[in-house]
Amino acid sequence: MGESNFIIELSHISKCYGDKCVLDDVSLFVKKGEFVTILGPSGCGKTTLLKILAGFGTATSGEIKIAGADITDVPPHLRPVNTVFQRYALFPHLNVYDNIAFGLKLKKVKQDEIDARVRKALKMVGMTDYEWRDVNSLSGGQQQRVAIARAIINRPQVLLLDEPLAALDLKMRKDMQMELKDMHKTLGITFVYVTHDQEEALTLSDTIVVMSEGKVQQIGTPTDIYNEPVNSFVADFIGESNILNGEMIRDRVVKFMDREFECVDEGFGENSPVDVVIRPEDVYIMARTDSGMFDGVVQSCIFKGVHYEMTVLTPNGYEIMIQDYNAFEVGQEVSMIVKPSDIHVMRKERICNTFEGKMIDSTHVEILGAQFLCNEVADALEGESVVVEVPFNKVELMDNKEDGQQVGDVRFILYKGDHYHLTVRTADGENIYVDTTDVWDDGDIVGIKIQADDIVIKRKQ
Amino acid sequence: MKALMRFFMRRQNWSLPYFIFMLIFVVLPLVLIFIYAFQDADGNFTFDNFSKFISSPEAANTFVYSIGIAIITTVLCILLGYPAAYILSNRELCRSRVMVVLFILPMWINILVRTLATVALFDFMRLPLGEGALIFGMVYNFLPFMIYPIYNTMQKMDHSYIEAAQDLGANPLKVFTKVMLPLSMPGVMSGVMMVFMPTISTFAIAELLTMNNIKLFGTTIQENINNGMWNYGAALSLIMLVIIFASELFSDSDEERATNEGGII
Repeated sequence: MGESNFIIELSHISKCYGDKCVLDDVSLFVKKGEFVTILGPSGCGKTTLLKILAGFGTATSGEIKIAGADITDVPPHLRPVNTVFQRYALFPHLNVYDNIAFGLKLKKVKQDEIDARVRKALKMVGMTDYEWRDVNSLSGGQQQRVAIARAIINRPQVLLLDEPLAALDLKMRKDMQMELKDMHKTLGITFVYVTHDQEEALTLSDTIVVMSEGKVQQIGTPTDIYNEPVNSFVADFIGESNILNGEMIRDRVVKFMDREFECVDEGFGENSPVDVVIRPEDVYIMARTDSGMFDGVVQSCIFKGVHYEMTVLTPNGYEIMIQDYNAFEVGQEVSMIVKPSDIHVMRKERICNTFEGKMIDSTHVEILGAQFLCNEVADALEGESVVVEVPFNKVELMDNKEDGQQVGDVRFILYKGDHYHLTVRTADGENIYVDTTDVWDDGDIVGIKIQADDIVIKRKQ
Repeated sequence: MKALMRFFMRRQNWSLPYFIFMLIFVVLPLVLIFIYAFQDADGNFTFDNFSKFISSPEAANTFVYSIGIAIITTVLCILLGYPAAYILSNRELCRSRVMVVLFILPMWINILVRTLATVALFDFMRLPLGEGALIFGMVYNFLPFMIYPIYNTMQKMDHSYIEAAQDLGANPLKVFTKVMLPLSMPGVMSGVMMVFMPTISTFAIAELLTMNNIKLFGTTIQENINNGMWNYGAALSLIMLVIIFASELFSDSDEERATNEGGII
């Protein structure tokens, strides 16, 4: 027990249905008393992970420990955790008091102690004197408070919260966020909070776990995650950002938008391709001067309450988003400055599509579950496995799925200043990455076409 | 012509055919039953029909016996139907909808055909017809009416209630007694309505399955009307209607829930 100070230890958790893995080797360690948020877009596996922690689902492989005890195969009613459900799940046949006392009654706690604890829990969530109300007569916010009281009254070691504020309106959500944070402080219980709302995650958490496609992308404090995103997905998901293709010339010098900038990053090697992230509020904008680092023309300017959000087009065709307290008119010529410490450089996850393929004959190769015409490979054997490379910008997407050699749907769109970087999931479940200047929407069904000349085949020796 | 057009354009007038239908086939017969019950054969106002019912032990006994049979049938339907509905609605125990259809399938076949088949079955197995056969036939005929509303409520039940109960420390037995059972009660009440009332007034099943040896209240009414004793028959019908109406009132509060939470009616 004493060897680790982690209350929750999730090791190598995977959850698969056949070939499809909702969770892929997720490991997570949570310290006692921490407020951890699992953040990700819908379908990233965050709720599945929470259900596995609560015991409502089982992992295909992996191990779960709470307070040092292995609970991988322990049924939910014996786990030292309690859950606040997204849609409250208050028992409609019981009143507020009986809902909150449900857990204690099952544990056969004495009646006067139950009374005292229910009153205390109601006071904690600001619902004193609501004991005898019918739960169906309460508003959404009140129901959620009762649901929280019902969970914390059992004094769990870990409180799991599954998007508890998602169904509330904005104002109510903000108030409840503050209350939850205070509650966490007072109770000293470990909170594991699941949400898709990045702002909520940044506000509440000690630690944020960013998930995508069943994998943990980054774990860190809100400041770390915001300031030092490890990849373009995290940068795009947390807050607004300009993400551009760049090249690390040497240590502390990075080239993007056809210009060299000074930065603070080192150790990427010379002339290596990178992603550059600049937060919109980190770009200083001013009327055209000679002292700017780069120039541009204002394309749009929208008032956002506290600041203005502007898009600026540079002479060499890059669009940059800028947030500033001062407004610049559309069409005005401006100059920009970025501090070296505000340029965040990330290693590219990939620079080219790489597939495992199989030769069909000397001029056809099978990749992505479909046949593609390729340049002749001398004395290729039928069924020979090869590595196939296709540059991002050589993949054509067609409106009609019949026009392509394979069908796919657009999963993720990243704007890179002068083009879009799309992730397209093909019918056989593989991802192909596409650079294009055409505008596509998330979820569009497209035909995928690759010219024979653009398919590079590397034979395995 | 224009006035006619306007008449048909008004949406509330579209219900007129149904209104007329209800008037002729539901309201008018009820009124007639009511009037006949308080008349003698010559059309004079009288309470004789009711005093005859109370003073004749045969009719009163049949009445009590019918209610007893109806209660037994309903209880047996609950005992058999509840577990069946639970299994059908549980995704882990029963993956396919085919099972549900198989349970509901007998409802598609005419009640007389099914009952005749039951008689044949009892003959084939050399079992005596009588009270046992009667209850068997009633349960067999009315079981789907019990299963379906319970199945319906259970299926619509939010799975998160069960998860919440588990989460709060309820073992499988407690999950059932503290959450599943109370939440499925509206379905049970609907089922009781669907089974109890029709069983009081059945007569065909009783005739066929007991070789006319056991009389139910429905049989008594039918016999009287067949023998031209319209007024007495109407009075008996009225008594039955009052009883059914009373049991409806009795379960009214639950019924309200049932309609809100997915009962069959």
